[in-house]
Amino acid sequence: MEIAGTLRTAREMGLVACTSCTRVWPAGTDRCGRCGHRLHTRAPMALQRVWAWWLVGVIAYVPANLYPMLSTRTLVASQEATIIGGAVDLARHGNWGIALVILTASVAIPLGKFLAIAMLALGVRHGSALSGSRRQQLYQVVEYIGRWSMIDVFVVAILASLVQLGAVASVSPGPASLFFALSVIFTMLSAQSFDSRLIWDAAREGRRA
Amino acid sequence: MLVPMTPFDEPQTTPPAPNAAGPDLAALIACPRCDAVYRAVQPGPGERAVCASCKTVLIAPRRRAGQHLIAVAVAVVVLVVAATLAPFLAIEAAGRSNASSVLDAALAFAATGPVAILALAVAALIVFIPVLRALLVIYVLGPVVLDRPPAPHAAAAFRLSEDLRPWSMAEIFVIGCAVALVKIADLAQVHFGPAFWMFAALVVLVVVQDGFMCRYSVWKSLER
Ligand SMILES: [Zn+2]
Ligand SMILES: [Zn+2]
Repeated sequence: MEIAGTLRTAREMGLVACTSCTRVWPAGTDRCGRCGHRLHTRAPMALQRVWAWWLVGVIAYVPANLYPMLSTRTLVASQEATIIGGAVDLARHGNWGIALVILTASVAIPLGKFLAIAMLALGVRHGSALSGSRRQQLYQVVEYIGRWSMIDVFVVAILASLVQLGAVASVSPGPASLFFALSVIFTMLSAQSFDSRLIWDAAREGRRA
Repeated sequence: MLVPMTPFDEPQTTPPAPNAAGPDLAALIACPRCDAVYRAVQPGPGERAVCASCKTVLIAPRRRAGQHLIAVAVAVVVLVVAATLAPFLAIEAAGRSNASSVLDAALAFAATGPVAILALAVAALIVFIPVLRALLVIYVLGPVVLDRPPAPHAAAAFRLSEDLRPWSMAEIFVIGCAVALVKIADLAQVHFGPAFWMFAALVVLVVVQDGFMCRYSVWKSLER
């Protein structure tokens, strides 16, 4: 299905597209007349903003792993667990499935997101081995999955509110929960700052050259 | 069924002059993901028009989508408010017990100093933002469904609702409950409260809501 030859972008047609409501306007229009969104042929400073959010996201992820996520006090013991420590504990008690879910949501997905966003941003500048549609898919996966990392923060919130049994058992949230939530939010903002039209600009230029 | 859109393929056409542009440009649609321009043609019943270049769904009209969306939004508001106040989960261990509502879960962070701002963030993500989105949808689509002119600032309201979409996390919270339950299964006995089932229903509704939403159709209807 080779239809790419006849496809034209708004920029090539001297137009500017609204990314919020898909309406097109003559180039240079400031605001979308339909939805009021600010119009930019390509989001200004998009890559700088992606990198800035990415960096604070990575930085917040470090203390998220060093500090305890939860502290549990029971009649017999009191313990503080980091993200990885908690998963290891679960695995030791035979809860392999849940340990795997936590490791995936709190370790594999955040690290994967950092890598994927870096790859997408680098790909705009330096070209990429992946095709435009592959990178678009990668971007959509990052956007979709990003929110789900928040699950660990919610688990902490649920446990801390539910497990309040006086001396028998009680759970309270640790500082890592704050850093982890911040890391997830910053990474979501980083992904949202990325203008996916940049992926296609490079791919289309390559085809024409 | 997915149907690729027909490219805007008249290379000899000079870009329409800005002053004569009105009707001409309104008939076009640009893919927000890759900037490709198409003639906006309504797909047939049950079909969804996708960008021929990057496969993003651009137009996906549903019959009576407006009514469905409003019904779902009303249900979301009722469920979230009820689920926030009713007990959510309850545990029992060694003769002691404790019940927790969704609001308690959000406020779990409030008690402990530096993480207190998390309480606000969690409450926003699982309660306030889902409710706000539902209210905005009712505000925007209500007049459209009743064939009235759009409400004041309807465009801004709809844009806000779309911008908030990724920050509405009620469904993630429900899955979080499942994980939390397994984590404490050997520590205590857990009972589901009525609010848990309300929230679970909510998750289904949120998914349904996104399935019905055709942004292009909504923007078109706000244009009149
Ligand atoms: Zn617009
Ligand atoms: Zn596209």
